[in-house]
Formats: sequence, structure tokens, C-alpha cells
Amino acid sequence: MRILLDKFSKSFGSTKVIEAMDLEVGSGEMLALLGPSGCGKSTTLFAICGIHRPTAGRILFGDRDVTNLPSQERNVGVVFQSYALYPHMTVEENIGFPLTVRRLPASDIKRRVAEISALVHIDNLLGRRPSQLSGGQQQRVALARALIRRPDVLLLDEPLANLDAKLRLEMRSEIRRLQKETGITAILVTHDQVEAMSMCDRIAIMKEGEIVQIATPSEMYNDPRSAFVAGFLGNPPISFLKGKALGGAFVSDDGNFRLPLGSLRDIGDGRALTLGIRPEHFGPDGDLAIEGKVVFAETQGRENLYDVVLADGSVLRSIQPVRDDVKLGDCVRWNLSSEAAFVFAEDGRRL
Amino acid sequence: MADKTQISVNFSSVPVIFLLTLVSLPLVLMYTYLFVDTISNSEAGSLIPNELTLEHWRFLWEIRPGKASIWLVTLNTFIFAASITAVILIVSSMAGYVLSRLNVPARGLLLAGVMVLHAFPSVTLIISIFIVLQYVGLYNSLIGVILVKAAIDMPLGIWLMKGFYDTVPWEIEMAGLVDGASRFTVWRRLVLPQIKPAIMALGLFSFLTGWSEFILPQVLAPGAQVQVLSVYLASLIADDNNFDFATFKAVGVFYVVPVLILYVFFQKHLMNIYGGGTKG
Ligand SMILES: Nc1ncnc2c1ncn2[C@@H]1O[C@H](COP(=O)(O)OP(=O)(O)O)[C@@H](O)[C@H]1O
Ligand SMILES: [Mg+2]
Repeated sequence: MRILLDKFSKSFGSTKVIEAMDLEVGSGEMLALLGPSGCGKSTTLFAICGIHRPTAGRILFGDRDVTNLPSQERNVGVVFQSYALYPHMTVEENIGFPLTVRRLPASDIKRRVAEISALVHIDNLLGRRPSQLSGGQQQRVALARALIRRPDVLLLDEPLANLDAKLRLEMRSEIRRLQKETGITAILVTHDQVEAMSMCDRIAIMKEGEIVQIATPSEMYNDPRSAFVAGFLGNPPISFLKGKALGGAFVSDDGNFRLPLGSLRDIGDGRALTLGIRPEHFGPDGDLAIEGKVVFAETQGRENLYDVVLADGSVLRSIQPVRDDVKLGDCVRWNLSSEAAFVFAEDGRRL
Repeated sequence: MADKTQISVNFSSVPVIFLLTLVSLPLVLMYTYLFVDTISNSEAGSLIPNELTLEHWRFLWEIRPGKASIWLVTLNTFIFAASITAVILIVSSMAGYVLSRLNVPARGLLLAGVMVLHAFPSVTLIISIFIVLQYVGLYNSLIGVILVKAAIDMPLGIWLMKGFYDTVPWEIEMAGLVDGASRFTVWRRLVLPQIKPAIMALGLFSFLTGWSEFILPQVLAPGAQVQVLSVYLASLIADDNNFDFATFKAVGVFYVVPVLILYVFFQKHLMNIYGGGTKG
């Protein structure tokens, strides 16, 4: 079911958290709300599930206006960051709780609990209590509880934040599988760009209560609208060079480095610019040579990661297939792919 | 909990136990003699009893002149303590929740007010309460004194419950709401079970203070039909005509036995009031 936020605003007392946000999530789509901690992701999520009442604006599920409906009547499933399992109930009672409060017959509840727990692979744990489960198992119970009454919308608040790296990888594909199998509309809140990119159809990136850009993961990676977006996506992250426009080219502050701006050639001279270069676009291949000293080297098994300090003190990151010939402290002369560099204005807007 | 009961490797508990024994020895001796005196007679000035007797326990099957039956008094005490417990538990488990969770106007003022009420020694109010009870016709009735005692003990209960509710994570309630439960169901089925240890502890605590309360029943419900054990006990020494010290001691022992039994069975729960918090 489609979710639409129309000029949604939320403030707590005098602190404005979200102001006039517009967001549409298509039916069956999985959307990531990505942003740094404290930017209002959870607030948005809690407004959608009815725990927070919006200060202004409307929330629609399909064509139904649910703005003033209490949580109980919205039919949303929520997985909380801390899972919020009920500690005094068994797994079976936890999962069945949404049906129990709806006074379904016990036999129906039992059957549906069995169905859903098989779907999330915890059918052998039904008699346990949450404290007797591992993090990943608790996560699955929380998912099952959110899905059991076939909600219109599934909301996930940093569902993987409390898991270790291996489980995170496993649950990532698991959640995506469940979302696809059930065809449910889902919103995933996360501050981890890898999660957002790997799990979702589209990403809405947020900053200080505003959505900065909405796009598919690859669009957003290849065509970021601002320096903030470019800096948020990608691991290892993009590196930035400061400089200014001079004669249709980017010139670094110390004048040692010059990059023709191509389509942006008629930009005013002297205008401050920032250049964003992704680590994969700086290395042996490329069309624009640049010199620097390796100050950091790390191997990740398949690839090596280098930090190179340029003459003016700024740092470029590089990721390359494993090689043994470059050591810490070496002076290198590597190349930039000049078309792949992003140019940002002083306020962070992409040009 | 488990590791607390294990004996520490680094510190021997023997010296501590020895010291505690030494300090509590006089108390133990006194209690021993209290009990021994109720089942024996000894010559004046002697510490060694010279005959065993049950005559001091006669009050159990005889009604003393001018007094109510001990069983009626015990029943009264039980009703008194149990009703106080029930009233305190019901009211403070709800009020604590409201103060901890819901948007109450002037919550700070309310909490401070409740605390101030608790700080009042109940004796200072006793004359006015007496007059009020007489005015509404509850003087010399169990209901009256139950209401007064429960009201006086309530602030502590409310504060305690609020503190325990504060430790229950918000997310559990949010999850309950989106799972479709009403606010009341959330409280009853999800939150209340989390603070069960606190409920147990507060219940026991209230029962014990009710059981040992003296001043309020003495002043507000002194009549023979509504007497509680503490008042009965006091009336024994106040009675100059049939002064009987050994019977007084026997009634005293009779009075503390239920308390001891409660302690033995529920000691663990009572400790919870100080330990605090729930365990997930
Ligand atoms: N109940 C609340 N009362 C006051 N401020 C709140 C409340 N909930 C969240 N905030 C504030 O709103 C901002 C956004 O919070 P949140 O949505 O939780 O961020 P996140 O994106 O990390 O999930 C934060 O600055 C936080 O302090
Ligand atoms: Mg959050």
C-alpha cells in the first residue's frame, strides 16, 4: 500500500524536528530513510505508525487519511531498534500478541504463529523466552510479530544496529527476502549507507529534518545532488579538494593542481569550489596526474586502501586491487578520472 | 543474583558473621527468654524456670473479662492489614503508572506534593482525622481506620511504583500500541508484569506496616469489636486490675509469629524493594 507524507511537520515543544516533509513510498516498495543520528528518522517513522501525532500535515495510506487515527487502527508492523520483545512472554506468545488482543480464536492464532515462524525460520524456538535467544533470533521474532497480522506497511527502525557484522549481513538479505515474498510496503530507517544501498529500492537521504535527495541507490551514488549526499554514500568515503574556479578550470588553493571543468567552463573566475573524488577514481588509471605521499595503507584482502597527502595538505583516498609495491611514506604519482569528479559550490550544491 | 550468593574467594565471611553474632546475642537472648517465659513459671528473682505451663496461653481459648476474643482481634488485624495492602497496591500501581507515563498537567507539583504528604508524621494529623471520622460516622469502624492508614502510606507506594515504571522501556509500550492493544491492555498485559517484583515487595511491605500499626487503630478504632492485635496488646498492660505480665508476653509472641512466617517465605521479594529494577 502506498504511503504519502504531505507537508508533514513535527516539533516537540519549541524544537522543530521535521518541517513540511513530502515523501511518497510506492506500493510494495522498500524505501530507506538514511541520515546521520538525530536528523529525525525515528520521529518520522513514529509519526507514520501513529505513536507521534504530526504537528502539521497529512499522512495517507493508499487513499485513506490516517493522520488522526490512533496506532491501533493503522495496521502497521513495526520492528524497533531494541526489538521491544515482551520479556515475560514466550516467543509464541510474543508473535501471537497482535492476534490475541484482536481476540482471534486460539487455534487460528496457533496456526498463523506456526506459519509466520516457519517463514522467518524460528519455528523451533517457540517455547523460549526472549532472554534465551541470540540477537539474530530476537530480531526474527520481532519481524514475525510485526508481520503476523499482515500489515499494510512494515516499518523498521535501525533493525540491524544491534547485531554483529556477520549476522547483519545475514539479516540484511533475510529482511529483503521477507519484504519481497510478502510484497509489503516497507520503510527502513538506518544511518548505515551500506544497509540502505543493499536492501532498498530507493533511498531518501535526510539531513536535519529535511529530505535532501530521493533516488535509487545507483542514481544517488553516481549523481549526488550535494556534497552531503556524496559524502554519505560510499565506503571508503569520497574525498574532497578545496579550490576555486579560474579560466574554466578547477584550481587547487596552492595552484599546483588544475582540472578542466568541461561543461562548467563558463563559471565565474574566483568562485570557491569543492571537488569530490571517489576512491575508485583515483589510482594508476586516469587522465590527470597528481603527486602525493602515501600516509596510510591498509589491505582489505581483495583490495588495498591508501590515503595520499597532496602538496597543499589535502588528502585523497584511493582503492585499488591488491599490490605490494607501494609502502607507507612512498611518493606516488597517480591519476584522476577527471569526468568522474563531482564539482560542488561553496554551499555544497552540486554544479 | 546467582553470583551474589556464591562465597567470595577473596574475602572470608567468618569474621563478619562472628561480629554480627556477638552484636545480636543480647537480642537473641531477650527473644529466647520472651518465649521461654510464656510457657513456664519461674520463682521470683530467678532466671531458671521451675515448671512448664500453658496457662499463659489461656487467652487462646478463653475470653478474658471485658475483652474481645483473640480470634476476632486477629481477624480484625488481618482484615486491616490485607485491606490496606489491597488499597495501596491498586491505587499506587495505577497512580505510579500515570505519573510515570502519561502527560499529567503539573506533574512536578503533584509529585512534590505527594512527597510532602509522606513527610508529615501521621500523629500530627491525628486529632483532625479523629474529628473528620467522627463527623462522617466512620469513627470506631475498621473501614475508617483502613482508609486513613492506606491514605497515609500511599505516597510512598506511589513514588516507589513510579520509580519502577520509569525503568520499563518505552518501546515495549509503543510495540503494544502498534500491535493493536489499548492503553489499558498495554498497562495490564505488558507493563504490569514487568514490575511484578515491585508489586510483591510493596504488597508485603504494606501488609507488615499494617500488621504492626498501633497509633491509628488505638485512637480511631479502640472499640472491643474492631480492635486489632496491637491495641489488644496495649490494653493488657493498661489494665491494672488483672495485671499479667506472662500473658502479655504470650500475646506478643502470638502477634509476631505471622510476621516471622511472612519474612521466612518472602524475604527474597522484600529485598527487591531495595534492589530495584526488573530483569529482562
Ligand atoms: N520525545 C521527544 N521529545 C523531545 N525531543 C525529541 C523527542 N524525540 C526526539 N526528539 C529530538 O528530535 C530529534 C530527532 O530525533 P530522532 O528522530 O530520534 O533522530 P534519529 O534520526 O536519530 O532517529 C533529536 O534531536 C531528538 O533530540
Ligand atoms: Mg533513531
